[in-house]
Amino acid sequence: MLKDITLGQYYPVDSILHKLDPRTKLFGTMVFIISLFIANDIWAYVIATVFLASAIKLSNVPLKFMVRGLKAIVFLLLISVSFNLFLTPGTAVVSLGFLKITKEGMIVAGFMGIRLIYLVVGSSIMTLTTTPNQLTDGLEKSLDFLNRFHVPVHEVSMMMSIALRFIPILVEETDKIMKAQMARGADFETGNLIQKAKNMIPLLVPLFISAFRRATDLAMAMEARCYRGGEGRTKMKPLKYGNQDRVTYLVYVLYLAAIIGLRILRVQIF
Amino acid sequence: MAIKAEHINYVYGKGTAFEQHALKDVNLEIEAGEFVGLIGHTGSGKSTLIQHLNGLLRATDGKLYYNGRNIYEEGYDMRALRSHVGLVFQYPEHQLFEIDVFTDVCFGPKNQGLNKEEAAKRAKEALTMVGLDESYYKRSPFELSGGQKRRVAIAGVLAMNPDVLILDEPTAGLDPKGRDEILDQIKRLHEERNMTIILVSHSMEDVARYVDRILVMNHGEKVFDDTPKEVFQHYKELEAMGLAAPEITYVVQTLKSHGVPIDTSITTIEEARDEIIRLLGK
Repeated sequence: MLKDITLGQYYPVDSILHKLDPRTKLFGTMVFIISLFIANDIWAYVIATVFLASAIKLSNVPLKFMVRGLKAIVFLLLISVSFNLFLTPGTAVVSLGFLKITKEGMIVAGFMGIRLIYLVVGSSIMTLTTTPNQLTDGLEKSLDFLNRFHVPVHEVSMMMSIALRFIPILVEETDKIMKAQMARGADFETGNLIQKAKNMIPLLVPLFISAFRRATDLAMAMEARCYRGGEGRTKMKPLKYGNQDRVTYLVYVLYLAAIIGLRILRVQIF
Repeated sequence: MAIKAEHINYVYGKGTAFEQHALKDVNLEIEAGEFVGLIGHTGSGKSTLIQHLNGLLRATDGKLYYNGRNIYEEGYDMRALRSHVGLVFQYPEHQLFEIDVFTDVCFGPKNQGLNKEEAAKRAKEALTMVGLDESYYKRSPFELSGGQKRRVAIAGVLAMNPDVLILDEPTAGLDPKGRDEILDQIKRLHEERNMTIILVSHSMEDVARYVDRILVMNHGEKVFDDTPKEVFQHYKELEAMGLAAPEITYVVQTLKSHGVPIDTSITTIEEARDEIIRLLGK
């Protein structure tokens, strides 16, 4: 049942991308997203495609897992593509009453579609190759400078990783309680909306109680080990850039330079 | 027979990176009125197996019969099956949710479609069976002790009046007194109501003392299926699976290896005592 949901998305295989520092991947995703908005030329998209395709190849994650994320945006994709297709002024190619498809519209819609798809696939590469904990670690380190403005970066990222850590536990717990209540004849599927909401009580009450119990236990366990926030705290596995990270950053620079260069050289296509 | 499983296979997370073959070609038959123990190391597939028996999990492959009918048949009433095959999960006290003990125990019977009076009658019976008197009825389940909570939860399943009762480690985390009380009550249910009982346990002593037959699971496969006496003869193989025989088995086996003509099929302390007295009396 619920166990079949993959959470946090992380796909555990060994690859170059899995071994990269999470900061490198975070930064790379940012670079890629920015590049997609800079690109306004077919060649820039070719370069972006090559960049994305090699990242997919290097990640060793089956393509179907990347594409899975697209399901969530199918609707958005359809709307934005069709709006651009029909509502961009220019020379008409096809006319259907008051709707007309223009040449410019087709180009804009095409690029818009590709841009959205690349955005989703690009960011899912990061989440598929980085564990949630690494990700929050990377964020914490990258946002270190905010400490100077009295933002409790460590505490926020600790809360994030605890929340992420608890998702699978609570899913499992939900699954267990649901089954236990089903064994007692509970029915979670039939009935109208109000009936269904009422039927959830036997699931939600134990779930809340268990969440609070776990939270108290965890707080106690952390205090027993003298946790007192981020100040002066060191890491068992501090994030350190390696050679592969330096090479990756170089690739980013070259990639971004190429995209920006193309934009400057051929300012307008559409 | 009450339950018959044929070539049951179950795979968790099929088609993902987390795929796990939890049950491999499991065949078993459980007769009505039997008291069966199910043992196995953590992750051996015990819990997965018992969730098949009342239809909470559906086998990836294989057939499961309850009283001769295939439960995977089109239109089979799973909810009816669940009131015949009661399942008490591990730490069942975590499923309590009502404002008082009595209402919580009524939850099952009410789901079966019984009216208020009938449900109340069943709840009363069930609570009496687990040894909780009327002074508990109006108390919040959350203010009880661990052992009491667990008895309330077991009563919640008993109130559905099942023919087969499956208990997943009903004594986990209880003190010795609480453990004995619960197991004795289960034994009574078996004897007085002729309920079929399947007891999942880690404790070989408990299993040896109560059950007529033991099923041993290892890595998703059924490895042994026999009387306790027979199964514990294989104590070396059990050890290799991360299990063990009851302590007393080791005592008799050691005595035997020192040349004492003792019967090695002994599984309980009482039997060992009688056997040793008999040998000394000679």
